[in-house]
Amino acid sequence: MAKRIEVSDLDIYYGDFKAVEGVNVAIEPRSITALIGPSGCGKSTFLRSLNRMHEVIPGARVEGKVVMDGQDLYGADVDPVNVRRQIGMVFQRPNPFPTMSIYENVLAGNRLNSKRMKKAEADDVVERSLRGANLWNEVKDRLDRPGSGLSGGQQQRLCIARAIAVEPDVLLMDEPCSALDPISTLAIEDLMTELKDRFTIVIVTHNMQQAARVSESTGFFNLNGVGQPGRLIEFNPTEKIFSNPDEKATEDYISGRFG
Amino acid sequence: MTATKAPSEPRSQQAVRRPGDRIFAGSAKASGVFILLVLAGVAAFLVSEAVPALTAPAEDVPGGEGLGAYVAPLVLGTLLGAVLALLVATPLAVGIALYVTYYAPRRVAATMGYVIDLLAAIPSVVYGFWGLAVLAPALVPFHVWAADTLGFLSFFAGPASTSGRTMFTVGLVLAVMILPIISAISREVFSQAPALHREAALALGATRWEMIRMAVLPYGKSGVIGGAMLGLGRALGETMAVAIVLSGGAGATLNLISSSNPSTIASNIALRFPEATGLGINTLIASGLVLFVITLAVNMLARWIVNRRADFSGAN
Repeated sequence: MAKRIEVSDLDIYYGDFKAVEGVNVAIEPRSITALIGPSGCGKSTFLRSLNRMHEVIPGARVEGKVVMDGQDLYGADVDPVNVRRQIGMVFQRPNPFPTMSIYENVLAGNRLNSKRMKKAEADDVVERSLRGANLWNEVKDRLDRPGSGLSGGQQQRLCIARAIAVEPDVLLMDEPCSALDPISTLAIEDLMTELKDRFTIVIVTHNMQQAARVSESTGFFNLNGVGQPGRLIEFNPTEKIFSNPDEKATEDYISGRFG
Repeated sequence: MTATKAPSEPRSQQAVRRPGDRIFAGSAKASGVFILLVLAGVAAFLVSEAVPALTAPAEDVPGGEGLGAYVAPLVLGTLLGAVLALLVATPLAVGIALYVTYYAPRRVAATMGYVIDLLAAIPSVVYGFWGLAVLAPALVPFHVWAADTLGFLSFFAGPASTSGRTMFTVGLVLAVMILPIISAISREVFSQAPALHREAALALGATRWEMIRMAVLPYGKSGVIGGAMLGLGRALGETMAVAIVLSGGAGATLNLISSSNPSTIASNIALRFPEATGLGINTLIASGLVLFVITLAVNMLARWIVNRRADFSGAN
């Protein structure tokens, strides 16, 4: 439950192209870590390397170490499937399974572990997860309806419910609010603040106010130019990043001088 | 014109009519109407030519026992062969499609795609001769084995045919013939399964097979059913290959492996038409009308199956 992730000398490639270079960072448990930076700087790529979703793309690979509570996630005997069961992910666009009901969507991850669940137990997981995602009251009367019939914000909270239903150690969020209106965004942000008591949360966002509002630590990614690998320029407590950053580039970015 | 026009009509309703739009809308509409006309024409021809056979006294219809008794074994034969083909081809086609889209290395996948499409380009008479010369003799040992061990099922009651020219062989030949269309359509829909949902499954810790089961198969289901129905349509109507392979003409039986098999509607028409005269022709056309109705019913059934859970199709 809520584990610490240490990343050392991580290089991330797409085929021969080095997308991210030399990342060293420690992500603390029970806190929200935000990753900001201009488009194409590798923050999403870095996020996807934390639960080994990066290698789903043909030719994509990683060099370096990602260690979660002493276990190297890229160790030779580590099954990426197990890594992803421990580290949940929420995507930029809400993606509930359209062929499943709301109920089945929440249980999708639990069903994968292919253990038989009693009906009462399944009901329990669904209610707990949907309550955890602040969605229960809105959908409790239509659990058998398709998840794709919900609004965008509700769908995203359904995806969060699906991710937390399997009780992961870490929750990765890749711009979870970028497709949502301000009200839904606020709902998700409130939810994140509640969830950080139980999970380690890493969020990629383009919205700097969002990073400032919700996160304890912030990492700033940047790249020197097109075709160059992205780097983690600065990683510091959010307060420091937004008031008195160590790096000139960080200050330029957050003050809107570029990017 | 201005006199009859209501003065309060808002101007904005008079949409601008662009010539390009009108030409395109008109030609699309004309294509749609054209196919309906063709279909209606075929149906009208079949009905009008079938009427004499439908109204004729039973003893005048070939066989001497009326149209129903004449057509029934043909309908059974047609359905037996086509359903057997579908049962064999669909799982195989889905497997091929999944292999090509999600398992095969990219170069192998492309080559396999071409090879399978090539199967669709082979004329059915070639399939017929292949079935007769190669497949039928090769399947004789299976016929014997099936009659010995599975004889308690009415499908394999025997006695086993010594030539292999049976409904079973026909079903397999038809299966090979409809394989390309089902697998091509399945491949197409599987490859379009949204990356969004595939990644959702993988991020939950799905293995490749679980990802396919969660995100690809449900998404592609209606497409596979559609492909299977196209394949079934081809199998129901296949004439040449069946006429060559099957030693048909016997009465209705479920027995797939004996040497006395019911013929199929299409192959029966092809074999009998050259020598048919008078009411014989009308009878054959009436059997063609039955095939037309069967095909229509199968397609409507498929539509119904696909639409039953339209809410969950992912189309919304």
